[in-house]
Amino acid sequence: MTVNTLKRHLRESIKSLGRNGWMTFASISAVTVTLLLVGVFLVVMLNMNNFAKKIENDVEIRVHIDVTATQQDKEALKAQIDAIPEVKEIKYSSKEEELQNLIKSFGEEGSSFKLFEQDNPLSDVYIVKTAKPTDTMKVAKKIETFKFAHKVKYGQGQVEKLFKTLKVARNIGLGLIIGLLFTAMFLISNTIKITIFARRKEIEIMRLVGATNGFIRWPFFLEGLWLGLLGAVIPITLILFSYYNIYDFLKPKLTNPFIQLLPFSPFAWQIAAILVALGACIGVWGSMVSVRRFLKV
Amino acid sequence: MIEMQDVYKTYPNGVMALSGINVRIKQGEFVYVVGPSGAGKSTFIKMMYREEKPTSGSIMINGVNLAKLKDSKVPLLRRHIGVVFQDFKLLPKLTVYENVAFALEVIEESPKNIKKRVMEVLDLVGLKHKARFYPDELSGGEQQRVSIARSIVNSPKIVIADEPTGNLDPDTSWGIMDLFEEINNRGTTIVMATHNREIVNTIKKRVIAIENGKIVRDEARGEYGYDS
Ligand SMILES: Nc1ncnc2c1ncn2[C@@H]1O[C@H](COP(=O)(O)OP(=O)(O)OP(=O)(O)O)[C@@H](O)[C@H]1O
Ligand SMILES: [Mg+2]
Repeated sequence: MTVNTLKRHLRESIKSLGRNGWMTFASISAVTVTLLLVGVFLVVMLNMNNFAKKIENDVEIRVHIDVTATQQDKEALKAQIDAIPEVKEIKYSSKEEELQNLIKSFGEEGSSFKLFEQDNPLSDVYIVKTAKPTDTMKVAKKIETFKFAHKVKYGQGQVEKLFKTLKVARNIGLGLIIGLLFTAMFLISNTIKITIFARRKEIEIMRLVGATNGFIRWPFFLEGLWLGLLGAVIPITLILFSYYNIYDFLKPKLTNPFIQLLPFSPFAWQIAAILVALGACIGVWGSMVSVRRFLKV
Repeated sequence: MIEMQDVYKTYPNGVMALSGINVRIKQGEFVYVVGPSGAGKSTFIKMMYREEKPTSGSIMINGVNLAKLKDSKVPLLRRHIGVVFQDFKLLPKLTVYENVAFALEVIEESPKNIKKRVMEVLDLVGLKHKARFYPDELSGGEQQRVSIARSIVNSPKIVIADEPTGNLDPDTSWGIMDLFEEINNRGTTIVMATHNREIVNTIKKRVIAIENGKIVRDEARGEYGYDS
């Protein structure tokens, strides 16, 4: 392809946006609506997922080591736990450290626990984290069978419930994404159906005067690209603007360490990039589908 | 040179539109294709620019067998054949100039040559002064002139026309015929399907009559030969 031809395709694709005024408007609107829905949804979903991840990652297994265990026994237990493939991390916390943590966690009243410093009733613990939070239960059961693992705790009951809830939430999210994509495809393919009819003559004539399929596709490809990119402008502007303000407004109010918004940068920019890419794909896909039908020689 | 041998065409719905066509058209000839409605004239013409493929038989155009031509090579064939229709087939949103230039842009001609060539053919068809008009600002005859200009702008050896005067009043039709004669005089082969008895009987050329998908008559300087 010559530079002149590329220029011609660029020129034609841009002119064609103006010539097909209403169709252009309808297509851009379809992309805009779709991307706005997808964008808002992504922002909500990814933030929720972030909360969920934080909560999940907080789940840990506390292995209380039997008081009779010698240094060697402890090492052996550690090696055993380490050998479980799902285990990601294992930390040792002596009973003195445990007591300090306990005292700290009670704040003012904690000082009454100071009495125990002389005769510490707590045990040394291994704090175990699994690579996948959902493996917690399985790993905990296994550790229970090891010698010198006196007690194994991970918030039995609550953790199972938490994981179940998160799973349901994620499935709902996935369902919504799929539903949204279908709606988007429906919206756009409908717009295309109308566009096809308006453009069939153009394609017919191009073929008549000897245009190759490649040549015919180019301006449509570019036009689809412009439609997609133009359709992304409003959603991106709105989402960047709103997220910036919402983030600013909510940030000081969210004191719970688990419920934190993803910071504006880079998160909002990543969403913008996703929307640009999605817009371009939707636009190009739409116009390519509409041309293909008429290219069978 | 166009040469058809034992060309049969059955459409997917079972209609046999051509049944055993044998014909030779030499370079530079002017040929009318006549016959009753539904006889197969348009099908005959569509064979020549590979709009339809023959069911059997061979169609040679300048040494290439269209029956065996790959789909991907069809665009190249079309660049050597100009096609004109009853309904002009102009793009309503392009100006006269753009409609004609289109055929050259497609073959990646340089912008300089495009400009020169388009103005040349618009001059030939007498529409240089209306280059910036849109098709709906022109009369039917003028629109047909534009479509003729487009069909010859890349200097094809053959121009094929399916009832080019079908939508035009008699006076305008004569003007269009003058144009075809002019193009023919420059050495271009013209194959034209028509129902226009007066034109065929006045501007005498070779006449091929088709009925029921067969050539029933083929005369140099022939008559139209039907009543309507
Ligand atoms: N695309 C098609 N599919 C099926 N049948 C077709 C198709 N095109 C034409 N035919 C049939 O083939 C026969 C010949 O049609 P064709 O268009 O070649 O006739 P024609 O001589 O051009 O007629 P007219 O003078 O009315 O234009 C007709 O019976 C017609 O119904
Ligand atoms: Mg016909």
